[in-house]
Amino acid sequence: MSEKAFQRIYTKLSAITKATVTLEAQGVANDELALVAGRLAQVVKIKDNAVTLQVFGGTEDIPTNAEVTFFGEPPSLNVSDELAGRFFNAYGEPIDGGPAVEGEKRQIGGPSVNPFKRRQPSQLIPTGIAGIDLNNTLVSGQKIPFFADPDQPYNQVMSMVALRADVDKIILGGMGLSNDDYLFFKNQFESAGALHKIISFVNTTDQPPVERLLIPDMALTAAEYFAVDKNEKVLVLLTDMTLYADALSIVSNRMDQIPSKDSMPGSLYSDLAKIYEKAVQLPDGGSITIIAVTTLNDGDITHAIPDNTGYITEGQLFLRADPDSGKVIVDPFRSLSRLKQLVQNKKTREDHSAVMNTSVRLYADAANAKTKLENGFDLSDYDLRCLDYAKEYATRLLAIDVNISIEEMLDTGWELFGKYFTKAETGLKEKLIEKYWKDKE
Amino acid sequence: MKTTGKVTGIIANLVTVEVDGPVAQNEICFIDLDGVELMAEVIKVNGNKASVQVFESTRGLQIGDKVEFQGYMLEVTLGPGLLSSNFDGLQNNLATMEGVFLKRGEYTKALDEEKLWDFTPLAKAGDHVVAADWLGEVKEGWLPHKIMVPFNFKGTYTVKNVVAAGQYKITDTVATLTNADGEEVKVTMTQKWPVKVAVGGYVEKPRPFKVMETGVRCIDTLNPIAEGGTGFIPGPFGCGKTVLQHALAEQADADIIIMAACGERANEVVEIFTEFPELKDKHTGRSLMERTIIICNTSNMPVAAREASVYTAMTLGEYYRAMGMKVLLLADSTSRWAQALREMSNRLEELPGQDGFPVDLSAIISNFYARAGYVKLNNGQSGSITFIGTVSPAGGNLKEPVTESTKKAARCFYGLSQNRADKKRYPAVDPVDSYSKYLEYPEIIEYLDEKIEKGWVDKVTKTKYIIRRGKDAYEQINILGDDGVPMSYHEQYWKSELVDFVILQQDAFDDIDGSTPLERQKFMLDLVLEICDRSFKFDNFEECTTYFKGLINICRQMNYSEYKSEQFEKYLGQLKEELKHE
Repeated sequence: MSEKAFQRIYTKLSAITKATVTLEAQGVANDELALVAGRLAQVVKIKDNAVTLQVFGGTEDIPTNAEVTFFGEPPSLNVSDELAGRFFNAYGEPIDGGPAVEGEKRQIGGPSVNPFKRRQPSQLIPTGIAGIDLNNTLVSGQKIPFFADPDQPYNQVMSMVALRADVDKIILGGMGLSNDDYLFFKNQFESAGALHKIISFVNTTDQPPVERLLIPDMALTAAEYFAVDKNEKVLVLLTDMTLYADALSIVSNRMDQIPSKDSMPGSLYSDLAKIYEKAVQLPDGGSITIIAVTTLNDGDITHAIPDNTGYITEGQLFLRADPDSGKVIVDPFRSLSRLKQLVQNKKTREDHSAVMNTSVRLYADAANAKTKLENGFDLSDYDLRCLDYAKEYATRLLAIDVNISIEEMLDTGWELFGKYFTKAETGLKEKLIEKYWKDKE
Repeated sequence: MKTTGKVTGIIANLVTVEVDGPVAQNEICFIDLDGVELMAEVIKVNGNKASVQVFESTRGLQIGDKVEFQGYMLEVTLGPGLLSSNFDGLQNNLATMEGVFLKRGEYTKALDEEKLWDFTPLAKAGDHVVAADWLGEVKEGWLPHKIMVPFNFKGTYTVKNVVAAGQYKITDTVATLTNADGEEVKVTMTQKWPVKVAVGGYVEKPRPFKVMETGVRCIDTLNPIAEGGTGFIPGPFGCGKTVLQHALAEQADADIIIMAACGERANEVVEIFTEFPELKDKHTGRSLMERTIIICNTSNMPVAAREASVYTAMTLGEYYRAMGMKVLLLADSTSRWAQALREMSNRLEELPGQDGFPVDLSAIISNFYARAGYVKLNNGQSGSITFIGTVSPAGGNLKEPVTESTKKAARCFYGLSQNRADKKRYPAVDPVDSYSKYLEYPEIIEYLDEKIEKGWVDKVTKTKYIIRRGKDAYEQINILGDDGVPMSYHEQYWKSELVDFVILQQDAFDDIDGSTPLERQKFMLDLVLEICDRSFKFDNFEECTTYFKGLINICRQMNYSEYKSEQFEKYLGQLKEELKHE
């Protein structure tokens, strides 16, 4: 980012907090960028001549006589095909040693797509993971987060999904990524030979938290360039949105806003929606699909961050360790893909939704049986069969290390029904039973 | 002369303006940002400073930018052509906007002013008329769209003339009226109305006395909603609020459906755009889109317009109600609207109420719900607005201000339960907690006696009792174990499961099961109650479980079969056979 020579330089700050500075200045526009003692800052409030700036790099050791210059424009990113294969920081500056990107300068956080111009998402994104493809099928243009405790391998699963998905570009927005995880992503992409279609915007844990606020908008501006201008299929990975929301609360706190639930700003819903709603299926074939990560505190989805996220996104993928099978599974109860019915039975076999619903219902019966067992009650024959079924279902279909086609997933489902249950116990439509039922071998 | 002003402060979309003349609360103004006009509404005035909420992003706005006040409140344009349209929260027509992205400051006309409509007069010279009286009619597709005396006309007028039948544009004069002082006023086919003011123009608003059929069994059978009634659907995310709302929009027995997508996902609106034109209205056979109006302020669209969107939707509903139409208004979700109020209240630095919401939240919500209702029009005809809103309680906890305030205002409560959703028992409407106050209305009981059969409500009460007893039995079984309770507990529990699986659960995505007419609902309920009335003698609980699972399976196959078809009768025969050896 370059300074403009004719801009006036201010040198008198009237207030400093941990995240913001305030000064008297004229002719300043809302949202525009400035440099405060060499650090990038953005206008967040103007009252008469008092301008409040949010300093992305933090305000440590900024003196009251720090130099402030205004840029006269909001944050932007240079977009062109040169973005592909590159790594950037939160400001869109290269961190891979390469040259700056030449291209059209676009303001980040731009307008939203006219809902009437959108198309209905209808393209299946197969991942090979049955917990996703069978139970929570993903569709291009969807937005969906992984809900996971910090000890779950969410970044691994996400990179696996990204590399298996058939897309033109993968854009990684890393917020508060540990250096190790950043290198993990880099290695994964490199060893898959996919670097040419990857673009990364990364803020690591050793960088100031407020910088993270720029990451999603940077990533999505790049995504819109490829999806809208180039009609490409773009997959955006955002990890970890909980750390993004934490940064929002830091800024609103410093601006003395009244916090709402869990000390989050009252605008959290709108702030998150602005990002997730960039997911879109465009009329000319381009699409933006967003897969995000929201880390949870001990599985608590009632916290304001996962709660608001759940209301915005089109479902969630819930990872948890399953003690019975010893595997990390995609929890079939808590996970949901809201767009799955757009492709199930249409782009997949006719028995897809029936197999999915029945296998999950039987898994729920197994959960009841397990409760009975834990309470020291005798189990019925049905209960025992459910428990056996559950273990095999978890191992062969729910575990994240599964990599099979959807057809195989459905066949496995029928195999398990036949192995453990009678036709009546499954409650499946007779038409399907006639065609697909597999008797116990 | 218009009042003007200058921007003196900006925080997000709250802008303070120093004004040079009078301004009114809720007055609309435009802020000039380098030639782009940003629409805003006055929400607070203090001395010569007006606080306005801008309906767009304020990026790039500067101190000193010019503001012009308009002298009117936020209003909508009413007239033929509203039907089948897709508007944003401020009634801009989304279909006529250019480009893929919404441009800031781009406002499009709600109605086509060039289109010619076939007008037929209904009033004649010498008639005495008041606001909302019908002067003429145009064919808006299938709908006889009434051209009315504008709602803001006060007192009685005499019709001087009405134009002859023929083709006219909405801006053409179609009638001339004379007021008490002999002044002449011209009436066109279009009028404007401020959205935050309830439209009057009716004689009385009696208590609702009819039931609106929705085809959703857990509503119609268990907790019916009245035509002109109010209800709400609170539920955590992922419990099927949207699917339920769409089912209502598709199947409800209403003339007109208005859907306000308020701060929700754009893809859900796209689903309606895409599917409704293809789907058939089961009552008339016409395309569903022909009876639908969409007001769309998705979650990424400007927050301030979100509040406006629900009012815009309600005003359009009132307009069609005044024509004698049966309107169903659906708002998804009213929590987003409340959150928009909270954001603004927060920026205005008002003292917050519970959870940071404004203290008058409850009053605002009650006021809004009160605009629904069944009305008798001046000419003896009737019209209605049935309103169902969804609520998205934070963390799924119903003890939060929006749910609590709405509970006071709405008469039906369809609580979605996480537990049922986890078990994939859809629709996840909790059968124990949910209620319809209308079942207590003598008018409604009488109506159902006549419409379905005498004593129907008693059957409903009995069904609810079975469900409640089943729940109690289930809890006991869980505490004491399968062998620790008498056999009758198992029987009780499985009878309630029968009701649950056959009556309550419904596959919204199945062509046949998705929508159940009242007649069929009665048939199935009678069938299920007949089974529940029997007492069985089982030797052990496993026998009981297996037996009932068999019955449930057959009944479900019936639900999936065409009513009274050969297949249906085959399953019915199977069921009767099963029941012989109890």
